[in-house]
Amino acid sequence: MTMQPSTEFHPRWYRERVSTYWWMGSWRYSLFILRELTSVAVAWSVVMTLFLLRALLNGPDAYARYMHRMQSPWMIALNIIAFCFLLLHTITWFNLAPRAMPVRVGGKRVPEFLVAAPNYVLWVVASAAIAWFVLRK
Amino acid sequence: MSKPSNEGFFWLLFSAGGVVAALFIPVHLFLFGIAFPLGWLPQPSYEHLRALAENPLSRLYLFVVCSLPLFHWAHRFRFTVYDGLQVKHLNEVVLVFCYGGAVVGTLISAYLLLRI
Repeated sequence: MTMQPSTEFHPRWYRERVSTYWWMGSWRYSLFILRELTSVAVAWSVVMTLFLLRALLNGPDAYARYMHRMQSPWMIALNIIAFCFLLLHTITWFNLAPRAMPVRVGGKRVPEFLVAAPNYVLWVVASAAIAWFVLRK
Repeated sequence: MSKPSNEGFFWLLFSAGGVVAALFIPVHLFLFGIAFPLGWLPQPSYEHLRALAENPLSRLYLFVVCSLPLFHWAHRFRFTVYDGLQVKHLNEVVLVFCYGGAVVGTLISAYLLLRI
């Protein structure tokens, strides 16, 4: 990054130093950081899935070990926290969609909840379908 | 002046990964991270899951579910570190860690899914 030249006509930018914990000041900012941190839960879930795939590749014993490891209290606690973050991601993502793409019908803007609602329907249907595939005998 | 950048491409990966993560990932973690370990639902057998994962459509689905959300993470986490923690002097290191991690994860998922 190049520094802006500071001359008589182009003064050095004045930027006030912001605290590293700027986001703890208000609930809105904290929610912003919590929302940004949901990506860590997303990556964590992918890593758990990759370990499951590796276990499936390595045979029944590896699969049993994987399922056993997932039963440790630490793993369950971590996964419950991660799941809460995933829900935060899903909800904030779906609710953002109508703002990113405002839908208009006959010149009037469709209410936000009507634009977000199909996302939730799709989410429930997709989740049920995946669960059905995994659970069916 | 700013030079032309790949920001748009990365943003596209970010938002596609965000959609995939929002729709499909919660049920995965719920089943394998919470419901099966706590005994809320009966654990599927090895044979059933293996057969399910061997289906070409499942493999394609699993590849999408593993790769795109990793790029979503890379983009979002990079800016979390940048804005949230104000780690600006390590920008290049963070960049390599994030997108490098996403690429490595994608390669691992491709390797596992091709061999399964």
